[in-house]
Amino acid sequence: MTLTADDVKQIAHLARLGIDQQDIASYTQDLSGMLELMTQMGGTNTDGVMPMAHPMDQSQRLRVDEVTESDNRNNFQAIAPQVEDGLYLVPKVIE
Amino acid sequence: MHNKSIKELAKGLRSGEFSSLELTQSFLARIKQHQSLNCFISVTEDLALQAAKRADARIAKGDATLLTGIPIAQKDIFCTQGVKTSCGSKMLDNFIAPYNATVVEKLNAAGAVMLGKLNMDEFAMGSSNETSYYGVVRNPWQTDSVPGGSSGGSAAALAARLSVCATGTDTGGSIRQPAAFCGITGLKPTYGRVSRYGMIAYASSLDQGGPMARSAEDTAILMQTMAGFDEKDSTSVDMPVPDYQAGLGDDLKGLKIGLPKEFFGDGLSSRVGAVIEQAVQEYQKMGAVVKEVSMPNLKLAIPTYYVIAPAECSSNLSRFDGVRFGYRCANPQDLTDLYTRSRGEAFGKEVKRRILMGTYALSAGYYDAYYIKAQQIRRLISDDFKKALADVDVIMGPVTPSTAFGIGEKIGNPIEMYLSDIYTIAINLAGLPAMSIPAGFAEGKPVGLQVIGNYFAEEGLLNIGHQYQQVTDWHQQIPKGFE
Repeated sequence: MTLTADDVKQIAHLARLGIDQQDIASYTQDLSGMLELMTQMGGTNTDGVMPMAHPMDQSQRLRVDEVTESDNRNNFQAIAPQVEDGLYLVPKVIE
Repeated sequence: MHNKSIKELAKGLRSGEFSSLELTQSFLARIKQHQSLNCFISVTEDLALQAAKRADARIAKGDATLLTGIPIAQKDIFCTQGVKTSCGSKMLDNFIAPYNATVVEKLNAAGAVMLGKLNMDEFAMGSSNETSYYGVVRNPWQTDSVPGGSSGGSAAALAARLSVCATGTDTGGSIRQPAAFCGITGLKPTYGRVSRYGMIAYASSLDQGGPMARSAEDTAILMQTMAGFDEKDSTSVDMPVPDYQAGLGDDLKGLKIGLPKEFFGDGLSSRVGAVIEQAVQEYQKMGAVVKEVSMPNLKLAIPTYYVIAPAECSSNLSRFDGVRFGYRCANPQDLTDLYTRSRGEAFGKEVKRRILMGTYALSAGYYDAYYIKAQQIRRLISDDFKKALADVDVIMGPVTPSTAFGIGEKIGNPIEMYLSDIYTIAINLAGLPAMSIPAGFAEGKPVGLQVIGNYFAEEGLLNIGHQYQQVTDWHQQIPKGFE
C-alpha cells in the first residue's frame, strides 16, 4: 500500500502535528515502506484469535472510590507555559 | 574503585576503606573526564554529594542496604522530582519533574546515590541513540560506533565505568540491545514486574523498566529494589518478589535450553553466530542440555510491533500539546496552531514518523486491518513462546544480528534500523523477561547472549547469567582508555 503526500498531510492534521513541507516526501516514502512491511501480516489467518492487550490478560484493576491524591495544583502549574489565577491559558477559542 | 562490584563496594563502605562521598566524587570526576561520550543529559553533582553524605551517615548508624552509598544513574525517562527529566526530547527540555517515578523513589529510599540523568533516544524511540535531542552517545568500545538504544547512555556509561549501575527501559529491546553493543548486563523484566509510574510512556502495553549493571549479580541486587507491585501503576502485577540473590548459587545441571532455529537463520552475522554457539557450549559444559525449538510467527514480530508501538505512542504522546507542561511555540495564532506548531517544533523526525504511523493505524477504517490484526498476531507470537517454554526452561539466542554499527550508518534508513531489532521485539510482544549478557567479541566489539525465560522467571535468568560469569570473564573486559 502506498500513501500520497496528501494522505500524509491529512494524517499530520489528525495528529495536530506540524511537519515541514520539505520533509513530506520522505515521510510519504517512510510510511509507505512501513505499510509495505505490514502487508506481511495479511498472509496469516487470525480468524477467532483473541486480540492480546496485556501479556497476562489482566484487566484494569478497580479501587475504592475515595480521594487518594493530595492537591498538587501549584506544583503542577509551576511548570506550565502560561497560567493565570490557577487556570492554564491558551489562545481564545470562542470570540 | 570504579571496577568493583556492588558487594565489594558495600564492604569497602562498611569497613571504612572509602566513604560514599569519596566514591561519588571519583565517579563524578570520571564523568567529567569522559564527557565526550555524551552519556549524560544532566549531571546532578550537588544532589549526589548530599545523597552521599546522607548515605555515609546511614552506614555509620548501621542502617544501610546493599545499595546505600552506591552510585547509580537514571535513564532520563524516569521522573526525578526537582530535576530536569527530558526523555531525550526538546519537548521536555524545560521540564522539571514535579514528582518521582516509583523506581526512583525506591532506589532513593535504599540509599543509592544518583549521579545524573542518562542520554537516550527521544522518547525511547530508536535503536542507536541517534534520535536524542542531546546528540548521539558514543560507544566506549569504538567511539565511531553507536551504543545502541534507546538506553544507550545507560549502557555506554556502564561500559566506561562512569557509574556502578543504571536504570533502563525496554519497549522493543532498549535495555538488551545497548547492553549487548556495550558489553554489559541488562535485564528486561516480565511486563508488570517493575512499576511504570513516573516512567514517561511510549507504548504502554510493551514498556518495562529494568536494571543494567556490569554483572548478573549487580543486576540482581538492583532488581531486588526495583521490582514489586505498585498501586500507582494500573498494569503492575501483584506477585511476591523473590530473593533474587538467593537463587544465584544454583547449578545448571539438566537445564533445558531451547534454540529457536529462526534466531540463527539468514541475517545473522556469522561472527556473532559463532560467539553465541560458543556460549551455548559453555552452558553444555555446565550440564545444560540443548534442544531446537521453533517460533513460526517470529518473522511477523517486526510488522506487528510497528503497528502496536506507534499506535500506543500516538495516543500517549497526544498529552504533549504545549498547554500544561513542556515546550510551547512562540505567538500561537489559535488553539490548533498552538498544538500543531508546539508539537511540530519540539518533536524530532523519528518521533513524528511513529506518531504519523500510529495515527494512521488507529484512524477510522484502518483500525481493524492494522491494530486489531496486530493484536491477534501478538497472541500467536506469544503462543509460540508459551509452547516452546513448555518444553524447555529457557530460550537462548543472539540479542542482535550484528555488533554495534557505525554512527550515521543506518539513521537514514528507518526500515533497516527497525529490522535490526528482530531478536528482541518478539519478547516484548509476549511480555516475557529476557536478559543480555556479554558473551565475547566480534570485530573488536562486544556480542550479547540473550536468555529468555518464562513469566516471572527473573530469578532463574539472573542465576543463569551469574553461573556463566563464574566461568567466563567477558563481563569484566574494559574498553581501552577507560581502565
